[in-house]
Amino acid sequence: MTHILIRSLDRGATIFLIVVAAIAIAVPVLNLALPDSAALHVPTYLVSLFGKYACYALLALSIDLVWGFCGILSLGHGAFFALGGYAMGMYLMRQIGTRGVYADPLLPDFMVFLNWKHLPVYWYGFQHFPYAALMVVLVPGVLAFVFGWFAFRSRVSGVYLSIITQALTFALMLGFFRNNFGFGGNNGLTDFKDILGFNVEAKTTRAALFSVSCVAIMLGFLLCRAVITSKFGKVLIAIRDAEARTRFLGYRVESYKLLVFTLSACMAGIAGALYVPQVGIINPSEFAPANSIEAVIWVAVGGRGTLTGAVLGAVLVNYAKTFFTTGALAPYWLFMLGGLFIAVTLLLPRGVVGTLRHWTAPWRDRASAAAEDGVTEPLPAE
Amino acid sequence: MCFRRAWLVALLFALGFALSGTSAEAASLDEALAHFTADDFSETVEGINEVAAGGSPRAEIILRALQNDQLMFSAERKAVYIMDDAGKLTDAASGRPVVGAAPADLDNVRINNRLRGAIEAVLGGLTLLASDPGARFAAAQAVFKSRAAGTLPTLETAIAKEQDPRVKRALMEARAAVILSVADAKDEDKLAAVDIIRQRGDQDALGLLSSLPAGTSPRVMKAASAAIAAVNNRLIVWSVVQNAWYGISLGSVLLLAAIGLAITFGVMGVINMAHGEMVMLGAYVTFVVQEAIRTKNPELFDYSLAIAIPLSFLVAGGIGMLIERCLIRFLYGRPLETLLATWGLSLILQQAVRTLFGPNNREVGNPSWMSGAFDLGGITVTYNRLWIICFALAVFAALLALLRFTRFGLEMRAVTQNRAMAASMGIRTSRVDALTFGLGSGIAGMAGVALSQIDNVSPNLGQGYIVDSFMVVVFGGVGNLWGTLVGSFVLGIANKFLEPYAGAVLGKIAILVLIILFIQKRPRGLFALKGRAVEA
Amino acid sequence: MLNFIGTVAGRPRSRRWLAAAAGLAFGLAASVPARAEDTIKVGILHSLSGTMAISETTLKDVMLMLIDQQNKKGGLLGKKLEPVVVDPASNWPLFAEKARELISKDHVAVVFGCWTSVSRKSVLPVFKELNNILFYPVQYEGEESERNVFYTGAAPNQQAIPAVDYLMSAEGGSVKRWVLEGTDYVYPRTTNKILEAYLKQKGVKDEDIMINYTPFGFSDWQTEVSKIKAFGSAGKKTAVVSTINGDANVPFYKELGNQGIKATDIPVVAFSVGEEELAGLDTKPLVGHLAAWNYFESIRTPANLAFIKEWHAFIKNPKRTTNDPMEAHYIGFNMWVKAVEKVGSTDPDKVIDALPGTQAPNLTGGVATLLPNHHITKPVYIGEIRPDGQFDVVWKTKGLVPGAAWSPYLPGSKDLVADWVKLKCGNFNKVTQKCGGA
Repeated sequence: MTHILIRSLDRGATIFLIVVAAIAIAVPVLNLALPDSAALHVPTYLVSLFGKYACYALLALSIDLVWGFCGILSLGHGAFFALGGYAMGMYLMRQIGTRGVYADPLLPDFMVFLNWKHLPVYWYGFQHFPYAALMVVLVPGVLAFVFGWFAFRSRVSGVYLSIITQALTFALMLGFFRNNFGFGGNNGLTDFKDILGFNVEAKTTRAALFSVSCVAIMLGFLLCRAVITSKFGKVLIAIRDAEARTRFLGYRVESYKLLVFTLSACMAGIAGALYVPQVGIINPSEFAPANSIEAVIWVAVGGRGTLTGAVLGAVLVNYAKTFFTTGALAPYWLFMLGGLFIAVTLLLPRGVVGTLRHWTAPWRDRASAAAEDGVTEPLPAE
Repeated sequence: MCFRRAWLVALLFALGFALSGTSAEAASLDEALAHFTADDFSETVEGINEVAAGGSPRAEIILRALQNDQLMFSAERKAVYIMDDAGKLTDAASGRPVVGAAPADLDNVRINNRLRGAIEAVLGGLTLLASDPGARFAAAQAVFKSRAAGTLPTLETAIAKEQDPRVKRALMEARAAVILSVADAKDEDKLAAVDIIRQRGDQDALGLLSSLPAGTSPRVMKAASAAIAAVNNRLIVWSVVQNAWYGISLGSVLLLAAIGLAITFGVMGVINMAHGEMVMLGAYVTFVVQEAIRTKNPELFDYSLAIAIPLSFLVAGGIGMLIERCLIRFLYGRPLETLLATWGLSLILQQAVRTLFGPNNREVGNPSWMSGAFDLGGITVTYNRLWIICFALAVFAALLALLRFTRFGLEMRAVTQNRAMAASMGIRTSRVDALTFGLGSGIAGMAGVALSQIDNVSPNLGQGYIVDSFMVVVFGGVGNLWGTLVGSFVLGIANKFLEPYAGAVLGKIAILVLIILFIQKRPRGLFALKGRAVEA
Repeated sequence: MLNFIGTVAGRPRSRRWLAAAAGLAFGLAASVPARAEDTIKVGILHSLSGTMAISETTLKDVMLMLIDQQNKKGGLLGKKLEPVVVDPASNWPLFAEKARELISKDHVAVVFGCWTSVSRKSVLPVFKELNNILFYPVQYEGEESERNVFYTGAAPNQQAIPAVDYLMSAEGGSVKRWVLEGTDYVYPRTTNKILEAYLKQKGVKDEDIMINYTPFGFSDWQTEVSKIKAFGSAGKKTAVVSTINGDANVPFYKELGNQGIKATDIPVVAFSVGEEELAGLDTKPLVGHLAAWNYFESIRTPANLAFIKEWHAFIKNPKRTTNDPMEAHYIGFNMWVKAVEKVGSTDPDKVIDALPGTQAPNLTGGVATLLPNHHITKPVYIGEIRPDGQFDVVWKTKGLVPGAAWSPYLPGSKDLVADWVKLKCGNFNKVTQKCGGA
C-alpha cells in the first residue's frame, strides 16, 4: 500500500494534496470560527459555492482519467454525475418523511400531487444511507460497464464513441424529463431537509460537506495517480497513443478501457452525490449534453492528462462563470466564456497546467515530464 | 357544431325564403346594420342574420368585411363602414366612399369564434351560386359543415347547374350532409346520402356519420355504422401512408440539418459544434430578407425565400470560411480540440445574435405557395413540408453533383483522401479546406431558410438540431453522403412509426437506444468507408 | 487557489489576498469597516441567456423600468433603489447559486425573478434559509405556498378553470370533447390533472378527454396535430387546452395553420401563449384561437395605455409588446413598495408580515389584493388571437378571482389551506388540524 502511495506521489502531486487539504480545513474554519464581521470570514454562500466547484473538480478528474490517459473522449460523463446525484437525491427525499408539504410518510411530494398511490419499487431501500451510498457508485458503474462492454468490445472509438456517449446522456435526459418515470420530471428532486440527521441548510453541514468534497478530490486524485503510475496505467497510456499497436502486443485493449471507464464513471457518480446536498436540487437538465461538453472543456482548459489541471480547470471555468454572470457583464458573459474556450485551444493547447509544465520542463527531469504530460505527443487523428 | 345548429337552421330557413324571393318582410339593410353598432356579440349575430336575410347585393361584401375584421362602426354616428387594406373608408350600406374626416370613435365590429362560424355558414349559403368555381367549392364546404336545412333548394339548383366535377362532388356531399341532419327526409334519400359520405371517406365523414340526429331510422343507422366501419378501415390503411409521409418529412428536415455537417464533420473530420449556429444564421438571414421586403416591397413577399436561399448560403458560407481561416486551420489533426473551440464559438454566435436581434422569436412568414395543405387520398399533405422535402433532395443532388463533376469536388475529394499526395500534385490544400468548410457552412445556412418555415427563429434554433445531426451522420457513416441521406430518412421514418405507439418522448429515446446498439453492430455506420483511410 | 478565494470574497482584492494568506497562517481576525447602506438593493433573477432568455429578458427590462420610475419619484424611504442584475443562464442550480449570491453578498432587500417552476423550486430552499422575499410573476401549477414567496402570477383556478368554463358555455362553443395537450413537465401535468377532475365533475366522459404530452422544444408536430384532428372528428364539438411551453408553440401553431385546423372547427386555448410568443409568428392562420390570461396588451384602460407608452419609451422600441408576467411584476413591485413604506423598513420579516392585505392597481382596471396565502386576486380574461398578433377580449370574469394555492380537485391537496396571517402555515390540513410540513 505504502509503496503505491510513494510511487504515485511526485513533488507536484504532493503540493497539490497539501493545498487541497489546507483549503479543506481553512475554509470551514474561516467560515465557522470567525465572526461575520472579520476580514477573513468566509461567508456561507462562498462555502456552498466552493463545495459546488469541488464536486465539479472531481467530475473533471474522472474525465481526465479516461480522456487524458486512455484517450476515451466521453461526452456523456454528465450522465454518470447526474445518476449519482439522483441516487443521493432519492436518499434525501426519503429523509423528508412527513415533513413534506402533504405530510405523506412514504411518498415524496411530487408523487402525491400527481396521484401516485404506491412508492415505485426502485425507490425502495433508499431511506438507508448505506444502500443509497452503494447505489451512488453502483448505478453509474453498472451503466458504464454495460455501455462500455458493448462499445469497446465492438471497437467503437474516437468520435463515434464521443457521439454515442452523447446519445446516451441525451436519451437519459429525455427519460428523466418524463414524469411517468418517477423521478420528479423536470422539477427533479428538491426541498431536502437533512442528511444523516444533519440539517442540510445548517452552516456546519455545509462546511462539513465542503470538507468531505475536498477529501473526495484528494482520494480521487490519489486513486488516479495510483492507476496511472501502475503498470495498468502504462498500458492505458499506450492505448491512448497507439491503440492498434497495443492490441498487437497482446493486450486486451477493451478490458483495460472498460475497467478505467467504469472506474471513472463511479468517480463521477460520487461527485454527483456530493453535489446534490450542496446545491439543493437535482433535475434532468444535469443530463444535458451541453453540460457534459462543458465538463470536458474544464479539463481542456486546465490541461488534459495532468489531473491537477483538470481540477484547476473546473474551478477556473466555473469561477469565470460565477464572476461574469453578475452585474453589468451579465448579458455578455457568453462572449467571455466562448472567447475563453477559443483562446485556450488556440493559444494554450496544453491547457494551463500543461503549459506551465512545458515551460518548467527544462528545469526538471525531462523524461518524467514527458511520461506525465498527456499532450506533448501529437495525438493520432481520428 | 350542434351548439349553433338550432338557430342556424332557423336562420337559414329564413335565408332560404329570402333566396326564393319572399323577402318582402325582411328588414332593410340599414336596420340590419344598426345591430353592428351595439358592440355586443348577440347583437352582431342578429345583424349577420338580418343582413343575410335581407337579400341585398351588398350582403356578401359586408359579411366578408366582417369576417376579415374590416367592418368598422361608429357608435356616435350610428354608422357602419368598411375599411379597405389601404385604410380608406366606405359606407357599408351604400358602398360610397366617406367624405370628410373619419369618425373619432371608429372601431372594429368585433367577432368571436361563434360569429365566425355563423358568417361562414351564411356566406356558404349566399355564395353557392357564385360564378367563381373556387368560391362555389368553398361554399359547398361551408354548407357541409353547417348542414343548414334551408340551403337545400339552393343546393339542388347549384348541383343541376354545376359543370366542374370537383365542385359538383363537394355540392353532392354538402347536400348529403344536409339531408342526413334533417329529421323528415326520406330514408331512401338518407341511404343514398350515407353512401356519398362513405365515398368521401375522411375524418369529416366519420364525424358526420357518427353524429346523426336522434330519431334517424334504424335502417339508416345500420347503413351509417357499416359506412363508419368502412371509413375506419380505409383510414387505418391511410394512416400507414400518413406515418410514412410524416417520416419522410421529418427525414428531410434531418437531412437538411445534417448534410452540411456531413461535409464539415464527415468529410473534413472537423467536429463542428457551431454547425447548429450556421443553421440559425441562415434562418436569421431569412428574417432580415423578409423584413426588408415587408418594409420596401410587400408584393415581393412570395419570392422572399428565393432571395434568402442564395443570400444565406453566402452569409453562412462566408462566416464559415472566416472561421476556418481564423480558427480551425490551426487545429487540424486535433479533432477533439476543434470540438472545444467550435463550442466556444457557438456560444459567442448565439449571444451575438441575441444581442443583435433580441432574445425573442422573430417572425418569419410562409409565402403563399408554402401555406396550406391539400388532401391526397386519406392524408393531408402540407405544402411547406412538401417543398422542404423537394428542397432537401435538391440540395443533396446538387452537392453530389458538385463533388462528382466539378474540379473543386475533385480537389476536395483528393485532399480528404490523401492530403500530402494532393498537395504534391499542386492542389492548394489550404484553399480547398477553406472552401470545403465554407461549403458545409453555406449548406447549413440554406437549411436554416427551410427550417425557419417550420420552427422558431430564435437564438436557440441551432441547438435543437445539433445532437440529431450528429446522430444522423454517425448512423449513416462518416464520410459518406449517401449514408447521410439514407440515415436521415431511416431515422425519420422509424421515429414517426414509433411515435403513435410509444409517444413522442419514448419514441425518441427508443431511436437513440437503437442508434447506440446499431453502432455496436456496425461501429462505422451504415455505409462505412473501407480501406486504409479508416484508420488514419 | 488562494487568489481565487480572495477575488470572490470581495474587495479590496490585493489586501484580501495578503490577509487571506496571513489568516491561514495565524488565524487572525481583522475587522472590515462597515459600509453605509445608502441604497436599497433589488435583486433581479431572470435568465438572460440560454433557453429561457426568450421569455425572461423582458422581465428583467420591465423591472429596470419600474425601479427607474420609482427612483424618479424619489426612491423609497428616502433612498434610491439599486437594481442588481444577475444571469442564471437558464441553468437551475445556477439559479440557486445566484439567489444565494444576491442575498448573502449583495444584501438585496427583495428579489424579483424566476420563470419556470423548476427554477422557483431550486431557489426556494435558499430563500427559506436566508429569509428573504421572492416575487414570482408567472402563472404556475399551484400546490405551493411558502412564507418567503409571493405568487403574482395566476394559480390554476385563475386561468385554466375559467378558460374551460368559457369553452363549455354557449358563447364559447359548448365544447363537449377535450384534448389536453401539454409539454411534459410539472405545470401541464398538474393543470391537466386538475382540469381532468374538473371536467369529469362536469359530466364529461373518459372517452371524451384525450391527454397528451410532448417533450420540451418539440418541433415536429405532424403526428400530434393529425391525432387532434382525428379526435376532433367524432361529431362532437372539440377544443384543445394547450399547456405547451415556450419554444414548442411556434411549430405547433404553424402545423395547425398548415393542416387547416381553424379556430371555428377546433379552437385551441393556450395558457402559455401571450403577445410575446405571438410576436414570432404569422398570426393570420391562427385568428380565433384563444388564450386565457389576467392581462392583455389590447385592453384599453388609461393605466395600461400609460404603461405601454412608458415601456416603449424605456425600451426604445415601439414594436415591443407587453404581456401578463410583466403586469404581474408591475403589481408585485407596487405591493412591495407599499408594504415597505407601511412598515418603514426593508427588513424581510416585517415586509412579509405587512404584505398580505396590501393592494395595488391592476393595469386592466380594478385593484389586486395580496391574500393571506401569498397569492393575489386577479381578473381573468379570455382573448381571441387577432390578425395583428394581439388579443381581442371575448370574455372576462365578473369580478376578481382569488388565487388558490391548493386545488380542491386534487386528492392530495383538497384538505389543505394556506394562511400566513392567522395560521402562519402554508399547508394547514383542515382535517387533521395540523400544519403539514416541517
